[in-house]
Amino acid sequence: MVQYSTSRLDASFAALSDATRRGVLERLGRSEASISELADRFHMTLTGMKKHVGVLEQAGLVTTEKVGRVRTCRLGLRRLEEEAAWIEAHRRLWDARFDALDQVVDELKLKEKADD
Amino acid sequence: MTSPTTVERTSDRELVATRTVNGPAHLVFEAWTRPELMMRWWAPKSFGITFLSCDIDARTGGSYRMVFGHPASDQPMTFFGRYIEVTPPSRLVWTNEEDADGAVTTVTFEETDGQTRVVVRDLYPSKQALDAAIASGSTGAWPEQFEALDDLLGDLDAG
Repeated sequence: MVQYSTSRLDASFAALSDATRRGVLERLGRSEASISELADRFHMTLTGMKKHVGVLEQAGLVTTEKVGRVRTCRLGLRRLEEEAAWIEAHRRLWDARFDALDQVVDELKLKEKADD
Repeated sequence: MTSPTTVERTSDRELVATRTVNGPAHLVFEAWTRPELMMRWWAPKSFGITFLSCDIDARTGGSYRMVFGHPASDQPMTFFGRYIEVTPPSRLVWTNEEDADGAVTTVTFEETDGQTRVVVRDLYPSKQALDAAIASGSTGAWPEQFEALDDLLGDLDAG
């Protein structure tokens, strides 16, 4: 099971708590779009849409790229999934290490007791 | 009873692993600083990694060099750096110099009622450095981990 870090999950949930932002994700799931296209689609000002996209970007759900004067938004889910998968792989390594460390420490405890 | 191992990215630059070990801090610290003990747990057998050599001079300013082999890899993997701080039995700080953007690792040992909470913090020089480590799978870049990662990514793709 993939274990996301709590703080990042919080950021994701906060980002998804807003209907407009969920709409933006749904829209970006179909194709990439510029901030102004998204603002038009959701009947918002450019500034308002920039804020929403900023929250989604912070949570790693959206990535943006500025080419010339146009900022293009895309789904960033893949990046978040890769990071979660890497963290889980890293956790497994540490889990195996600590299991082995437990055995070593058990032996040291016995040895110390015997030496007393 | 074993306590769960947690790994969390706590900030743009930091990765933290924790676990409570069933033993007093001075013994846990010993297992982290004596090469013959380190070799028994740092490279877990279940990951198919073998130690080729482990040189540790666990003193402030001392250096370490660990060389590992793996059946899937022709070239041995070498990890090396320096100890910035060695304070028995509570704190170890070392550099990871095999990579120019390597983390600084801080390990703390806190004893309560004969058990020791171990916290391992890897602090990278920048967000880019940690992102890059994650993208390349470089921290503990073992073939099994790549396989595990591939499996997970496969699951995530399917899901």
